Amino acid sequence: MELKLIFDKPKTMTDAKTHYCPGCGHGVVHRLIAEVIDELGIRERTVGIAPVGCAVNAYEYWDIDMCEAAHGRVGAVATGIKRSRPELIVFGYQGDGDLAAIGLAETLHAANRGENITIIFINNATYGMTGGQTAPTTLPGQITRTSPNGRDPSNEGYPMRIAEMIAFLEAPVYVERTEVTSTETIFKTKQAIKKAFKLQMENKGYTFVEILSGCPNEWHLNPVEANKWIESEMTKFFPLGVYKDKYPNIK
Amino acid sequence: MKQFVKGNDALSEAAIIAGCRHYFGYPITPQNEITAYMARRMKEVGGVFIQAESETAAINMVFGAAATGVRTMTTTSSPGFSLMQEGVSYLAAGHLPCVIANIMRGGPGLGNIAGAQGDYFQAVKGGGHGDYKLIVLTPAYVQEMIDFTILGFDLADKYLIPVLILVDGIVGQMVEPAEFPQNYVPKVYDKPWALTGAKGRPKNVVRTLWLDDNGVELNNIRLQQKYARIKAEFVMYEEYMTEDAEVILVAYGTPARICKAITKKMREEGRKVGTFRIQSAFPFPEYRLMELALQKHLKGFLVVEMSAGQMVEDVRLSVKDYKPVYFYGRMGGALPEEKSIVEHTLEILRIKV
Ligand SMILES: Cc1ncc(C[n+]2csc(CCOP(=O)(O)OP(=O)(O)O)c2C)c(N)n1
Repeated sequence: MELKLIFDKPKTMTDAKTHYCPGCGHGVVHRLIAEVIDELGIRERTVGIAPVGCAVNAYEYWDIDMCEAAHGRVGAVATGIKRSRPELIVFGYQGDGDLAAIGLAETLHAANRGENITIIFINNATYGMTGGQTAPTTLPGQITRTSPNGRDPSNEGYPMRIAEMIAFLEAPVYVERTEVTSTETIFKTKQAIKKAFKLQMENKGYTFVEILSGCPNEWHLNPVEANKWIESEMTKFFPLGVYKDKYPNIK
Repeated sequence: MKQFVKGNDALSEAAIIAGCRHYFGYPITPQNEITAYMARRMKEVGGVFIQAESETAAINMVFGAAATGVRTMTTTSSPGFSLMQEGVSYLAAGHLPCVIANIMRGGPGLGNIAGAQGDYFQAVKGGGHGDYKLIVLTPAYVQEMIDFTILGFDLADKYLIPVLILVDGIVGQMVEPAEFPQNYVPKVYDKPWALTGAKGRPKNVVRTLWLDDNGVELNNIRLQQKYARIKAEFVMYEEYMTEDAEVILVAYGTPARICKAITKKMREEGRKVGTFRIQSAFPFPEYRLMELALQKHLKGFLVVEMSAGQMVEDVRLSVKDYKPVYFYGRMGGALPEEKSIVEHTLEILRIKV
């Protein structure tokens, strides 16, 4: 009997085993990005930028040209790459500490310049890599290593809604917030990533996909509880949806 | 054909002649002519000019551009150079070529906008984190703003290292006759490591992180081997009447010009004075300085700087204890005075050996 291959890893993924914890969203989103790159046939012209944070080793997992960036500087590094070789498809991949804390200026200014790049923003409401400290996206009351009594807005401010901030700028063409807790939302996330890449391929401008993603380890929840927490708590502060779409006809 | 040109403009045009088409910068006095020049000229030559939101962003844009293999540059002045240190460390660690110019002003802090030389340590000893070096070129003439900038791009590509043009604001602001090369054709270096999309080849990764076993030490060893090779192959200095000198003035940038003028004057009075002008602060001309120190008739060196004496340390390390090293300097944008340099020199000349 002839064996028929019905499911395989995307060509854009390497054979390396990822180091992510069970229930973490990074691995899921990595795969989605790889699938999109395969489907769009852009593996040989795509450059990814790995962040500082849990995805710091991302260049081990994607079989494409990859660049590192200093903590938060993806927006600037991506600008340098894309402006030097506009024919490349350039995407940045960043966590909330990377993008919304130390790199907020680089993030907003790259978006405001309308750089023709795609930023994938993993919002897990904490700093995963350094051991679960408060992030700009940590929810009020959420316990972290540096807010042991729960985030107190009178001391640490409120969570920053980054998708909304970016959508508020004139230049970005597409901004969406999704999550990855179910088959359905994972599929939706993939569509968002695909649309963002497509718009870049058509030189339409800056695209941004924020993805709510679990960090069971640092939330001290099991993966199932973590997914529930995203749905019940995180989406309250970070509503899902399309925040900006200048090209609704492009799917 | 020679023409009157301002130091900062000369450096800008030289970068374009050298094939730089990707400039990222942020305004700061006394280098603002460069950002303005590049904003205008890059458009004309089909290049990229971005006024970044900060020096931190500018140097990281340079990082991204350098990673794709193009010739790229940023320029700044002292407080901005401090902000760039993060990116400079990453560029060095990633073996990425680029040119950075620091048109130095008075510090520390916001200081002032007058030309100074207080960033020597930061430039030569590694201002960012980790063990790294830059090639540091120190022009003193508008002509050298041109020549060193072009050379800088070639050295950067040859050794895969950031090259720093370290110059006091006076040279940046100075207008004097200089000549742009007519027939320079930018040398094209193979950059098989560059990020161009992994078409028909294994993927490239520009990285500065190794969490595995000995990765970082191995990269450090590679860097140190590179610096040793650069030291063996390249150094630049100018000697002016040093052969029979009893006192050698050592300086770079504007103070070196003053020292040369003093040397000429004192020679006319029959005093055996010479000037040793540093043109590359890394690699430092340590062997030649040692040779000069071993000359019997030499009584000592006088280092003249627009700083608290940062380069004195490198001169001392070079000549060891063979000859005394003296220092005279001014800070905060003040010029070393001719009278004081002469007085110091006469005092050394009076020493009986
Ligand atoms: C300049 C600098 N400061 C601090 C760090 C330490 N650091 C590494 S990752 C990180 C936070 C990462 O959090 P996030 O971006 O949310 O990503 P996650 O790990 O949650 O995926 C920090 C602070 C660093 N690498 N560089």
